[in-house]
Amino acid sequence: MTNKVAVMLGAAAFGLVASAASATTLDDVKAKGFLQCGVSSGLAGFSAPNDKGDWLGLDADFCRAVAAAVFGDGSKVKFTPLSAKERFTALQSGEIDVLSRNTTWTINRDTALGLNFAGVTYFDGQGFMINAKKLPGVNSALQLSGASVCVQTGTTTELNLADYFKANNLEYNPVVFEKLEEVNAAYDSGRCDVYTTDQSGLYGIRLTLTAPDDHVVLPEIISKEPLGPVVRQGDDQWFDIVKWTYYALLTAEELGITKANVEEMKSSTNPEIKRILGVEADTKIGTDLGVTNDWVVNIVKAVGNYGEVFENNVGAGSPLKIARGINALWTKGGLQYAPPIR
Amino acid sequence: MQEHDLSYVRTEMVLAQAAPAGEKGTGAWVRRNLFATPMDSVLTVLGLLLVAFILPPILNWAFISAQWSGTDRSVCATVAQGGLQPDGWSGACWAFVNAKFMQFMLGRYPDAERWRPILTALIFVALLVPLLMPSAPRKGLNAVLFFFVFPIVAFVLLTGGWFGLPHVETPLWGGLMVTLVLSFVGIAVSLPLGIVLALGRRSKMPIVKMLSVVFIETVRGVPLVTVLFMASVMLPLFLPAGVSFDKLMRALVGVALFASAYMAEVIRGGLQAIPKGQYEGADSLGLGYWQKMTLIVLPQALKLVIPGIVNTFIGLFKDTSLVYIIGMFDLLGIVRQNFSDATWASAQTPITGLIFAAFVFWIFCFGMSRYSIFMERRLDTGHKR
Repeated sequence: MTNKVAVMLGAAAFGLVASAASATTLDDVKAKGFLQCGVSSGLAGFSAPNDKGDWLGLDADFCRAVAAAVFGDGSKVKFTPLSAKERFTALQSGEIDVLSRNTTWTINRDTALGLNFAGVTYFDGQGFMINAKKLPGVNSALQLSGASVCVQTGTTTELNLADYFKANNLEYNPVVFEKLEEVNAAYDSGRCDVYTTDQSGLYGIRLTLTAPDDHVVLPEIISKEPLGPVVRQGDDQWFDIVKWTYYALLTAEELGITKANVEEMKSSTNPEIKRILGVEADTKIGTDLGVTNDWVVNIVKAVGNYGEVFENNVGAGSPLKIARGINALWTKGGLQYAPPIR
Repeated sequence: MQEHDLSYVRTEMVLAQAAPAGEKGTGAWVRRNLFATPMDSVLTVLGLLLVAFILPPILNWAFISAQWSGTDRSVCATVAQGGLQPDGWSGACWAFVNAKFMQFMLGRYPDAERWRPILTALIFVALLVPLLMPSAPRKGLNAVLFFFVFPIVAFVLLTGGWFGLPHVETPLWGGLMVTLVLSFVGIAVSLPLGIVLALGRRSKMPIVKMLSVVFIETVRGVPLVTVLFMASVMLPLFLPAGVSFDKLMRALVGVALFASAYMAEVIRGGLQAIPKGQYEGADSLGLGYWQKMTLIVLPQALKLVIPGIVNTFIGLFKDTSLVYIIGMFDLLGIVRQNFSDATWASAQTPITGLIFAAFVFWIFCFGMSRYSIFMERRLDTGHKR
């Protein structure tokens, strides 16, 4: 309730704030000398502090990529850890320039809240994890009839769960908890057979279980959770920069440009590679966007291409070991597709 | 009256004799305290069994099986969990606390500037310890340094921006440092402000009285969480774009006002316990209002409510954890935040982190509580039971 009121007031006040701000976001960011980026206050693989307190993760790396595009330096970014409730007002009030906090793209947020989603950096969805020892032979959520399901109360997860089981005429027994830690403990101690939350979260939780190998994440995804960076509505130039930063990450992966080989790639004969790295004569791609022509070089130097960012933070190179799945490039059967940079 | 002629009365005193063997020493103590009645014996045996049952696993978990150093989760996870420990292993992951220790203490304070909060802490201790010891000299100078000079020095050192010190923004602060800054400011502001509010509420001047009552009742009637949440989510929307209050400042103001309202009521309780004769006596000596209060009433009233005041301080110290709501991370917040670091994610990490945080909180709260008992005994003139 408080949340709703806050968001509504936020949306109302947004009009005032936008008209009061004279300069564009890009000018503001350049004048400040750093990018203020909103991240989650702790989600394994997306934004979490390391031993030194630096923010690591897919969402955090996206912020670094935007900073690299604007300043040519991926370290010119300051992170603001935000709770789920605070995140939209922080963006609307101008406290942050980009919100990169595993935020699901929905029509309500895109329209009523006055936000713009710059793409989908991670296609997530609600999934199930089961204890394979307690439920042997189960390899699909459709076989879960009569199971007890651990779920966090008051989330869309709980509603999606009810919808899914009702639509498939399955019986289930919800075991609800207020806090995520309680759900984890209940599932680990065997209070319930099934755990449901966003699939990316399930892999992180699996690491903390007593016997991770006994637990299997089922293939079914029962809701669409496209997570991506968000900017304020009404500043198209800034929206373009954030959007094309994301596309540049994808295109770099598509063309095989990596953090390691980006300097050599500059001398490539492939016209497409030359074009996006800004080494073509008289190129205006970067300056038209409002940044320098070597912006893609800077992005890749700072964080690597999308594939590298994914593997380092949530994929094989991380403890989470999430498979690329639908987050693979379109050429490899996934959904990640970038319009041409030309 | 002396009756020397009574031959059956002893004329010299019997010398004090040693207690019977059965009534002294360890055996007697054990019998008297642990096995006095059959019921006591049963309870003692049950108690000992319980300790024997609980203590070894706890010691084993916390010390013997615990992992003290390492670079990632593998030292704290079993082979099945993708780590190095044998199956069925369970032990504290102190390696996690070890690796994150500086972060738990100072948050994300830049590495190169970490000497600043450490120096501030040293000055704090150096000024606080003599202030707390009744025998240390120069109390007045010490108090002036602690309450007026130290806050300015600490502010300059911690935030920087002067004397060539690089500016460190408050979002980078965290951990125990934020807990201590919030509680120090809360305590230092709430005691004087609480006294003023308590006096205001008992004042005969209608406007002063009304303002005090309105402030106290409003602040006490709203949960701290609501105020912090309003300050962090709503306030930025009412300010012009680009103008923003420091989050830590918002939290400081909220926490200090809160503690003041509670403190005012605690002190009012003490004021009400002072008999009317004391006020009248002061009046009859010709003392003015402030003289009456500072010389006669407050010294007695404050002494009476030391337990209540310390209770409020301890509550305030622990309430600082609520700032996680506005995206600031005190000790508990930063420990919990680090649970999401996939490098350290294991079944043992959260429980170890929480026990560490609980232990640090306990040290501070226990210290305050013991000092308050010491102070009560010292000031206990005329109420001895």
